[in-house]
Amino acid sequence: MLYIKCPYCGLRAQKEFSYGGDATVKRPNINEEVSSEEWDNFVYMRKSPRGKHVELWQHIAGCRQWIKVQRDTATHEIFQTAKVTEEIR
Amino acid sequence: MSQPFRLNKEGLINRNKKISFTFNGKKLFGYEGDTIASALIANGIHLVGRSFKYHRPRGFFGAGVEEPNAKLQVEFNGHSEPNVNATEMELVEGLSATSQNCWPSVNFDVGAINNFLKMFFPAGFYYKTFMWPKSFWYKIYEPFIRKAAGLGVASIEKDKERYEHKFEYCDLLVTGSGPSGLASAYAAAKNGAKVILAEDKPRFGGTLLTDDVSIDNLSGKDWAEKIITELKSMPNVTVKNRSQVFGYYDHNMLVMFERVSDHLETKSKFTPRQRLWYIRAKETILSTGSIERPIVFGNNDTPGIFLSAAAKEYMKVYGVLVGKKPLIFTNNDSAYETALEFKKNNVEPIILDTREEHSSELIDEAKSKGIDIRFSHGVIVANGYKKVKSAKIGKLNKDKNSFEKIETVDCDCICVSGFWTPSVHLASQSGNKLKYEEKIDAFIPDKKKQHETSVGAANGSFTLEESLKHGFENGSNLSAKITETKTEISIPNVNEKKYGAHDKFWCMPLPKNENPKRFVDFQNDVSVSDIEIALREGYRSIEHVKRYTTLGMATDQGRTSNLNGLQLVSNIENKIVPEVGHTTFRPPFTPITIGTIVGREVGMEYMPTRKTPMHEWHEKNNAVFVDAGAWKRPRYYKQGNETLFEASKREAKNVRENVGICDVTTLGKIDIKGPDAAEFLNRVYTNAWMKLPVGKARYGLMLREDGIVMDDGTTTRISENHYHMTTTTAQAANVLSHLEYYLQIVWPELNVNVVSTTEQWAGAAIAGPKSRDMLSKLYPDLDVSNDALPFMGYKEAEFFGVPSRIFRISFSGELAYEINVKSDHGLFMWEKMMEVGKEFGNQPYGTEALSTLRIEMGHVAGPELDGRTIPSDVSLNGLVSKKKDFIGKNSLGREAFNVERRQKIVGLIPIDRKSSIPEGSHIVQDQNAKLPNPKLGHVSSSCWSVENNNPFSLAIMKDGKNMIGKKFFAVSPLKNKSIEVEVISSHYVDPEGKRVRS
Ligand SMILES: [Zn+2]
Repeated sequence: MLYIKCPYCGLRAQKEFSYGGDATVKRPNINEEVSSEEWDNFVYMRKSPRGKHVELWQHIAGCRQWIKVQRDTATHEIFQTAKVTEEIR
Repeated sequence: MSQPFRLNKEGLINRNKKISFTFNGKKLFGYEGDTIASALIANGIHLVGRSFKYHRPRGFFGAGVEEPNAKLQVEFNGHSEPNVNATEMELVEGLSATSQNCWPSVNFDVGAINNFLKMFFPAGFYYKTFMWPKSFWYKIYEPFIRKAAGLGVASIEKDKERYEHKFEYCDLLVTGSGPSGLASAYAAAKNGAKVILAEDKPRFGGTLLTDDVSIDNLSGKDWAEKIITELKSMPNVTVKNRSQVFGYYDHNMLVMFERVSDHLETKSKFTPRQRLWYIRAKETILSTGSIERPIVFGNNDTPGIFLSAAAKEYMKVYGVLVGKKPLIFTNNDSAYETALEFKKNNVEPIILDTREEHSSELIDEAKSKGIDIRFSHGVIVANGYKKVKSAKIGKLNKDKNSFEKIETVDCDCICVSGFWTPSVHLASQSGNKLKYEEKIDAFIPDKKKQHETSVGAANGSFTLEESLKHGFENGSNLSAKITETKTEISIPNVNEKKYGAHDKFWCMPLPKNENPKRFVDFQNDVSVSDIEIALREGYRSIEHVKRYTTLGMATDQGRTSNLNGLQLVSNIENKIVPEVGHTTFRPPFTPITIGTIVGREVGMEYMPTRKTPMHEWHEKNNAVFVDAGAWKRPRYYKQGNETLFEASKREAKNVRENVGICDVTTLGKIDIKGPDAAEFLNRVYTNAWMKLPVGKARYGLMLREDGIVMDDGTTTRISENHYHMTTTTAQAANVLSHLEYYLQIVWPELNVNVVSTTEQWAGAAIAGPKSRDMLSKLYPDLDVSNDALPFMGYKEAEFFGVPSRIFRISFSGELAYEINVKSDHGLFMWEKMMEVGKEFGNQPYGTEALSTLRIEMGHVAGPELDGRTIPSDVSLNGLVSKKKDFIGKNSLGREAFNVERRQKIVGLIPIDRKSSIPEGSHIVQDQNAKLPNPKLGHVSSSCWSVENNNPFSLAIMKDGKNMIGKKFFAVSPLKNKSIEVEVISSHYVDPEGKRVRS
C-alpha cells in the first residue's frame, strides 16, 4: 500500500485516495476551436511510461483535493507530490 | 503415563502443568510450553504424515517455521484447521490432531503404492502423465490427483472466530528477537524512538535460548530476559511475541500476523483469535536470523532425521530427546554443539564430519569429552521405513565422489547440518536485490531499496559478537536520525566458541548400483533425480526448473531446499551459484489464515449499510429491501401473500390511478454555490443554464469528455448564487469527483464551491393524479395550483412546522412533487404523508414500481445510460445545445456517433401480449439463423405495463427509429427463451407528457 503525501493533509495511506490518470494532459480551452486531432489526443492518447510519471490522485477520504503525484510506475517510488496548481519538474 | 523421551530437568516448559491432547485418536499428554511436535517426540512418536507425491512416511525435520513435513489437521476451540505446522502450534488442553494426506491411516497408506511406481512420477509429472487421453482429465485424473495430492481438509462450517486488523506507525520495527534484534531494539528505545519488536515464537531470545554463550557474565537466556523485561517497561516500546512479520510492501509498510489466543485454553468473548497488523515503519531492522541447511543423502526423509539445531532446540527448550542413539552428520562446527548437548544428557552421539581431520575449539572440546568423531565421513543412506533404524555410512575419498569404506551403524536418529542460510525473505520482498556471499555459500541482502537494514545472521554474520555489535550500532544510528537523541551504550562482553570453516559439500554421492531417493524438497517430494531430469530435458532458467519440478513451491517456500537445489544445478551445469541466480521470494513468509486477511469485514460488516431516516418505518411496514450500492431501498411493500410481481403491479397502478409516495433520499444531492455557478453548470450540462430563474428546476444531462452520457438529474436554482443538484443514486460519488476535477484542475478561475448534501436531506416523491390534492392538505397555507407551482417549479414552505423544499419534478411521468426536509425530520415527514394521504388512496411504492413507471414512460435510467450511449441514442438530443460549448461536446461530432443506422432507443411489446421479455435478450431477425446470429440490439429494461396491462420493454437497437412497426425476435439463451416482438415507440404512455404538466 502506497504512502502518499497530500500537500494539504500530510502522509496518508493509499486507501484514502483514488487514482485519476495522467496529470500532464491539458484540456483544450472551452469555447475555443480545436482540431479533431488535438481533441482525440486529449481524450484518448496516453503515454504509458515505465519510470517517472506525473499522475493525478484525489484525496477522496480526506480533504477531497485533487493533487499531483510524481511516481515511478515500476518501483512505486514517489519522488514528489504537489497541489494541482503547482508545477512538478 | 511416562514420556520415554522427556529429560528430567532441561527445558523451558512448565512441568507443573500437564496438558492432555489426542493424536490420531490416541490420548497423550505434554506440558504447558510444548508444541505439538515436542509433545509427540517426548512420547516417542515420529511418524506424523505421508508425503505429497509418493506418500512416504514422514516425521519432524525442524523445530519452527522451517518444518517441511509435519503439517497436521488440528481441532481446537471448536474448529478444525488444516495444514497446521506441528512445530509451531502450541499445545492447548483438549487439542486433537490428526495426520493428513494418508488413507486409511498414517501407518497403512494405500497411496504409498506411488512410492513403488515412482517411475510414473518424475519431474514434470503433472504436465506429462495426465495429458492423454484428454477425455480422462475431468472424470478420472483430476479427481484422483485432488484426492491423492490434497493436504488437509478445509472446514465448510462458518468460522465463528473473531479476527482483527490493526494499523500502527513506528520509528523502528524490529523483526526477530535474537541477539541482533534485541540489541537494535534496545539501542533505539534508549534513543527515545517508538519501537515495535516482533518475535514469531512464544519465547523471546532466538538462538540465545539454545546457544552455549554468555553476555556480561549472564547466560544468553538470562541476558535476553533482562533486555526484554527492560524493553517491556518502556512506554515507547511495543513487544510482541507469537507475531510473524510476513510481508514487506511498498513505502516501508510491513504486515504482521499475531496469534493472539490460539494457545489459550479459555479466552474472553471479544478476544480475537488472530490479528493482522499493518505497520508503517520509518526504519526496519531485519533480524530474522538464519535457517540450517541440510545435506542431501539417500532416504533422507525417513522419520527420525532432524536438522541438528532443531535436535538441540528440542533438548534445550522442551527437554526432549529426538533419539537416544544419535548420528550427527555435518560439514561444519555448529553440529558439535548438538553433540555436546546430547553428551551432557548422557546420550552417546557419533559425529560424521565430511571435512578431513582438523582441529577447532569445538572439535577439541568434543574430543576431550570422548565423543566418537569420524572425519571424511557421511551418511549414504538411512535404513528403516517408518523410523530410522540404522544408517549406511561411508568414508569419502579425497575428491568426495566415491567411498574408501562403507559400513552400517545402528542409530535411532540422524541430526544433519549443512551450515546456515540467512533468512533474506523480507529483504528480498522489499525490493533488495540479493548478492551471493561466497564465504557462507548463501545469498545476503545487497544495496537497500527501502528503509530496511539486515543485521546478525540474516545479514550473514554468524558470530554473537558481530551480531550484537551490528545490532547496537544500527539500532542506535537509525533511531538517532529520527529522534535526534543519542544515548551511549557500551557493547557488552561476549563469551562464545569460535567456529572453524565449513565444508562446501551438500550432496552425498551414491555407491554403484544403489539408487535410493535423495530428497531436496521434502514438502513437494522433489529429489535429486527430478532436478537432473529437468536439466536433461533442457530447462535452464532456475525459474523454469522450479516450476517444472515444483522445487521450493510448497508452503515452506523452500526454506530448507532452495540453496541445495541451486547448488545441484550449479554442479551439473558447471556454473557458479550466483550465475544460476535465485528464485523470487514472495509474501507471505509463512502461511496465514484467510480469516486474518479478511478481519472484521464479514457478513454485515463487509461494507457500511446506508439507511434512510425512514428505514425503520419501511421495516415495520413489510418492505422487502434491495441493495442500491451501500443503500437499502424498499423494493416493494408486501401485503399478505403477494409476490414481487403482484406487489409492484399494485403499487404502480395506484400511482397511475390515485397517488403514491416513494422514499427518494438515496438520490445524490450536491450543493453548488458561487458567483460563477451558472457558468459552471452551463459547461457541465449539455443544455443551457444561463437563464434559469431563481425558484425553477431544470432537467440536465451530463457527458464524459468522450461524448458518452455520464448522468442525468434535475438542478434547481435556490437563490441567485445557489443551486441544488440531484444525481442518480449510483453516480452520486462519481459526479461529485467529476465536478471537483473541473473546478480544481481545469477551470480554477471559476468561483464555485461544491459539497455533497445527500445525507443532509430526506426526500419523498408524491406521484399520481391526486398528488396535488394531497399536497394542498400537506401545505394548507400554500397556493399549490398549477399557476403558482407549475411543472419544474420550486417553493420553500413549512411542513407542519418544519422547514421544507418542494420541487415539482417527476420521474414517474405523473403529476408529481418531491419534498425535502432535513434528515432528522424525514421520518416525521413520511408518517405525516401516510396519515394525510389516506383519504386520497395513497400507498407507498418501492423501486420495482418506480422502474415500471419510468420504463413505460420511456424515461431512461442506468440500464440505458450504460456507458455506451450518447444523447441521440436515447432520444435526448433535444437537450444538446448547438450554441454553447460543454464537456464532451467535441466528441459528439465523431464519425461513429453519426453513422446511418446508429443505435437508438425503442420500445418492444410481445406479439402475444403475454410473454415477459428477459432483460439482456438479443434482438435478432431470424430466431433459427445459424450462429453467430447477427445481433440488432439488446433489451435494456423490462416491465409489466400497468397502463396497458401487457409486458413492455425498452431496447437499444440498430437504426431503431426506422424499425418501428416491424417484427423481430428477442432471444435469451440464458433463460432459454425466444419471444416474437414488435418495435414501437419508447414512449408507451403519455407520449406528449401532458400528465406532468396537468
Ligand atoms: Zn488531503
